[in-house]
Amino acid sequence: MAARAMWKAVVRFADVQVPVKLYAAVQDRTVHFRLLHAKDHAPVRQAMVNPETDEVVPYERTRRAFVTDDKDLVVLRDDELAALEPETSREIRVLQFLPPQVIDHRWYLRPYYLGPDDGAGGAYAALAEALARVGREGLARWTMRKKEYVGALRLHAGYPMLVALRHAEEMVPLDEIEAPPGPELDPRELDMARRLIDMLAADFHPEEYHDEYRARVEALIETKARGGRVPARRAKPPRPSEDLVGALEASLKQERKRA
Amino acid sequence: MPEDTSAQPRSFWSGSIAFGLVSVPVSLFVAQRSSHVSLRMVDEDGTPLRRRYFCNADDRPLDRDEIVRGFEVEKDRFVVVADEELEALAPEKSREIDLRRFVERSQIDPVYFERAYFLAPDRGAVKAYRLLARSMEEAGRAGIATFVMRGKEYLVAIIAERGVLRAETLRFSDELRSPEDVGLPGLEQAKAERVRAVEQSMRDLAAERLDRDALRDLQARRLRELAERKLASGADVVAATEVAEGGEGEEEAEVIDLMQVLKRSLEAAPEAAGRRRRPRRGPRRAPARAAGDAELEQQSKSELYERAKALDIEGRGSMNKAQLIAAIRRAS
Repeated sequence: MAARAMWKAVVRFADVQVPVKLYAAVQDRTVHFRLLHAKDHAPVRQAMVNPETDEVVPYERTRRAFVTDDKDLVVLRDDELAALEPETSREIRVLQFLPPQVIDHRWYLRPYYLGPDDGAGGAYAALAEALARVGREGLARWTMRKKEYVGALRLHAGYPMLVALRHAEEMVPLDEIEAPPGPELDPRELDMARRLIDMLAADFHPEEYHDEYRARVEALIETKARGGRVPARRAKPPRPSEDLVGALEASLKQERKRA
Repeated sequence: MPEDTSAQPRSFWSGSIAFGLVSVPVSLFVAQRSSHVSLRMVDEDGTPLRRRYFCNADDRPLDRDEIVRGFEVEKDRFVVVADEELEALAPEKSREIDLRRFVERSQIDPVYFERAYFLAPDRGAVKAYRLLARSMEEAGRAGIATFVMRGKEYLVAIIAERGVLRAETLRFSDELRSPEDVGLPGLEQAKAERVRAVEQSMRDLAAERLDRDALRDLQARRLRELAERKLASGADVVAATEVAEGGEGEEEAEVIDLMQVLKRSLEAAPEAAGRRRRPRRGPRRAPARAAGDAELEQQSKSELYERAKALDIEGRGSMNKAQLIAAIRRAS
């Protein structure tokens, strides 16, 4: 079944204009639960309360407050917040085209397919083909539903895709993280570890992996819906390998046997 | 996870990476924050509010132990599922990230990546962590595994960069739609001169480096500036002392200083410097032991294993060090 477009816009750079429709490329498959009152299994409703009095504050009487670094609160009025909202626009503005992988995948937040909208004509196919030929990724900005986005314009399975990126403020830069220090590693151990990696080398086939836990949750719900019961278990904390060399040697041996 | 507001937020996930038979206990820390600007809901007087749950029948807020999770199997019919039941579904094995496959990093299509976490070695695991990070980085390969964290199964790529291991969760292939799933029309053949024109416009906008500034969250910045202006003028400001504890800001507790954790695990791990095979300065021998025992105990497990092999001791593969020593003593 064809998916419904979530937004319409025009991809624009220089004098290129391509009317497009946005489609979510990610499908949520999580099992969603509702919160229920334990006593009567009725869905609960949420409300905001004053924690001192437990009194419910209706939505119209709530305000938004900015939390400063010192944990002070600055109350912002609705009109002040409204004034900050970005202007509505239907434009996906491509600012520059970068070599592949310059936008590290860690920036990638959420992918969307771009499909042709009415009036795209040959521009849509030309965009797809030009992206393939130039071998670069576009860096784009757009405002969708009162939220500003930065994204990467690239190809996926031959089709134009827009990947919303994380903002710089959300990323912990890699150079802020120091590797755990220690003495020089033993070349013999390094060699064994490398050999073990080589023995476990494989190609990436994403379709070989399945969310078995999700399948079990679904099965549990089904069992319980029929009135069945499922026993509970507990887990043990993990322990580090006592003897690194011994474990590496034994692993290599085990993999050799498997091969 | 479901909208799990009933469960206590746990600061992070702890488990272990299995690399062959080597076990590396690690903890996960977020490498990406969801947002750096937090707005809180307050009442007209600036009192921070708290989200509570109510039953439609009576008008008092429910406590956490009065709330359960239910799945709606049909309209208004729920199957109640307890936290323990969900936890029991996670097999012990999946609390460990078992690296059974190492794939070339370039083979993973970037659209699979969902979220990144840094891995910090737990107590006693620093050496094995460094060894794994270094060898993976040199091999240019990522370890692939599945594991369960906070009630969800994740496909994960363990990536080593600059001596640091990251766990990057990947989408399952059934979570990604194909162009056919979406219903995109077949790609038409584009006119050559049109393609050339678009391509030229792209080349005109070519840049070689990503400007981190281009990724700044301007919307959040405007919000912060507004708040700072108001803070300076003193208008609508509620001082921190008046703020009640608890409330909505729980997620904040999850951003943890990785460096502190690393430091903690290093301080707590003197054995990582080689307690087992390198004797400490000065002799330190247990007095009441037989000489043969002490000699055996100073050997590494692999040395003991080799000796056990020479003595043809059965079941040596599954023995720990103490068992190996006992078996060698019996056999020799």
